[in-house]
Amino acid sequence: MLSFSKKTLATAAILSLTGTAIAQDTIKMGALATLEGAFTVLGEDGMRGVQMALEEFGHQAGGKRIELITGSSDASPDSAIRAARKLVEQDRVQVLVGPLSGSEGLAVKDYAKTQPKVTFLNGTSAAQDTTLRNPAENFFRFSTDGAQWMAGLGEYVYKEKGYRSVAVLAEDYSFPYTQVFGFLEPFCRLGGKAPGDARFWVPIGNKDYSSVIAALPDDVDAIYVALGGADAVNFLTQYEQAGGGLPLIGGSITVDQSVLGAKGRTRDFVIGTPSGGPVSDTWDNPRWNQFVAAYKKRFPDGFPSPSLFAHGYYINTKAALLALNQIGGDLSDDGARFRAALSKLEFETPTGMVKVDARRQAIADIFLTEVIEGPEGNLVNKTIKVIPQVNQTLGVPYDQFLQYGQVSRENPSCE
Amino acid sequence: MGKRRIFSATSLISDIHPAVFMTAAFLLFYPSFVSDFFVFQIGAYSLILGTIALSLMMLAGYGGMVSLAQLTVAGLAGYLVAILGTNSMEVMGLGWPWWLTVITAVLGAAFFSAFIGAISSRTQGIYTIMITLAIGVAFFYFVRQNYALFNGFTGFAGVEPPVLWGVYWRNPAPFYYLSLLVASGFLWAVLYGARSTFGLSLQAIRDNPRRMQALGYNVIRHRITAYFFSGIIAGTAGVLLVWFNGRISPGSVGVDVIIDILVIAVVGGLRHPVGPFLGAVLFVLLENFAIDLIDRERFNTVIGLVFLLVVVFSPDGILGLWHRIRTKLPTRTSNRSKFDHSKQGGPPADGPLEIS
Repeated sequence: MLSFSKKTLATAAILSLTGTAIAQDTIKMGALATLEGAFTVLGEDGMRGVQMALEEFGHQAGGKRIELITGSSDASPDSAIRAARKLVEQDRVQVLVGPLSGSEGLAVKDYAKTQPKVTFLNGTSAAQDTTLRNPAENFFRFSTDGAQWMAGLGEYVYKEKGYRSVAVLAEDYSFPYTQVFGFLEPFCRLGGKAPGDARFWVPIGNKDYSSVIAALPDDVDAIYVALGGADAVNFLTQYEQAGGGLPLIGGSITVDQSVLGAKGRTRDFVIGTPSGGPVSDTWDNPRWNQFVAAYKKRFPDGFPSPSLFAHGYYINTKAALLALNQIGGDLSDDGARFRAALSKLEFETPTGMVKVDARRQAIADIFLTEVIEGPEGNLVNKTIKVIPQVNQTLGVPYDQFLQYGQVSRENPSCE
Repeated sequence: MGKRRIFSATSLISDIHPAVFMTAAFLLFYPSFVSDFFVFQIGAYSLILGTIALSLMMLAGYGGMVSLAQLTVAGLAGYLVAILGTNSMEVMGLGWPWWLTVITAVLGAAFFSAFIGAISSRTQGIYTIMITLAIGVAFFYFVRQNYALFNGFTGFAGVEPPVLWGVYWRNPAPFYYLSLLVASGFLWAVLYGARSTFGLSLQAIRDNPRRMQALGYNVIRHRITAYFFSGIIAGTAGVLLVWFNGRISPGSVGVDVIIDILVIAVVGGLRHPVGPFLGAVLFVLLENFAIDLIDRERFNTVIGLVFLLVVVFSPDGILGLWHRIRTKLPTRTSNRSKFDHSKQGGPPADGPLEIS
């Protein structure tokens, strides 16, 4: 890692000395992730994804060398904008990959509108309105959003599990709103219920869930939980200790590897929890297995299996590199041809085909999973179903989808 | 008496150190020789953070009251601009004209600051820090959980500065000059105020509140008034901050940012009002460029180490460092040192703020 940054530094020094002669053979790419604050571990995994894509292409695209410049935010929109502005206006990157978190994505999209010559590709930010309402012409998202990640889950728990009424527990910001919307919309259309007084919204980093657990109603069939990282571990531990018996339904980062790897008795208790997301640890597919093997080999100190953050950054970076190859690395028209190539790009990822729609939002495969006990006694997500080519409007026409309204705590109402 | 001597017409120019002219000239022409990025994100942002830290320096340096709620006061002004003016979130945004919004925001911040002063000014030292920190944290959680007024976690986006005289005030150069005007105006106001009757009484209260009480001064009222003035400074900077970012959310008023302001003030130096600005420049440069100096997983260590080194080698910040270097250099004959507080007011050389 250190040698890498030295190389970057040396290159930067040479570039600044020799001026434009070399600059024309180099394309500057910025990568922005949360390398500080609560999501640091996730941001580092995102950066691993960027690095994997670049190394796969030998740091070359369209006959030009790709120079990577890193930026860091702390998951707040302000810090994401400051870092993006530094990369774009000071380091003069022509392509920017990032950011990681939902509210950051909304902010960077707004910033992208003021920098029409630079092409922005998302990292893993998954708030719906980044591309659904008021999209930016130069902001591409080859990763799917939080509502897409829930595709099929609502139908699955209604039909297969037979749940009719659920309580909701989620963190209180744009990404969980998107997830709750994506889960409840089909669930409620089938006739499921999620009463308003059984929805609990907690701040990120909440440690004590006793008041929530005490207030959980008895007359629901399951609890939909959209918490991430330490929040999920805390809730699961406390719910188990309180003797909670309701089955769970998980958001995309509620029962992922970072939570399932945690020690303790919550383990038995989460077995059988259905969930959905853009990746599935145990999907038996040659491309995915190859991606996991490459990840493990390159980053022995990473997660046991690439998280959706490594996956999202990898796909977005790879999209940029593929499009650069197509246009021969020629960004002299301020990237107009580059963006045209991105709009038409369709490529095979470790998780299936990806392309973008008219608002530059990914259409991709989504995985419906369920927690099982693995062969070595560890907990893994078993792939139940792959839902092919989910689009942002979840299958309904754009205008009709807009009428569902913006994601929020009360949408859909589901009474 | 001192005030009259310094501001009498005959000595006005000759009493100003030549370095001040050079700095002023540099700051005025700064946008003409650097890129927009350096004008806006380094220059203007440093001036804004420096102004917020100045409001802390004013309370801490002259009043002996270290208030951690200064960023909270600035944040309230920022929120008021988003709530009373216009934003793009379809929550609040009452659409008041910009001048009314700004005046209300700054005054609201000033009264909020006076309220904080009323609560905390009977305490001293660490207890003031605790109470003001508690207020800052409470404000952070309140805006994060209040949706009707503050729009919760998401906060407000799309907050635009007014377009006046055909100028869009968020463009780098205009915004820089606006920030420079505000910062230098308040810097002058604090320097002037420190030599006024009020400023001198405040410093006397800092040094011996009991004696001042015995002399018939209303100690509490002086302190609350100081909080009010510092609220005007912080509130104005808060308006600039929300225009700078175009948005405000609970993350903008979080505990880490509260600490940043304290770090800026302490690292810059609390002995002279120019200290916070030096601290802000160092802070903003490090925040932007530390990641280029070292491995991206370690850059926060660099930031921490630099601050640590400054404080270890110079307990009174960059300002003291400069002072120290200068005394080691061959001495000049000038005795018009702008750091000579015994002449101009300000924290005494052997005051509680100088640890060495």
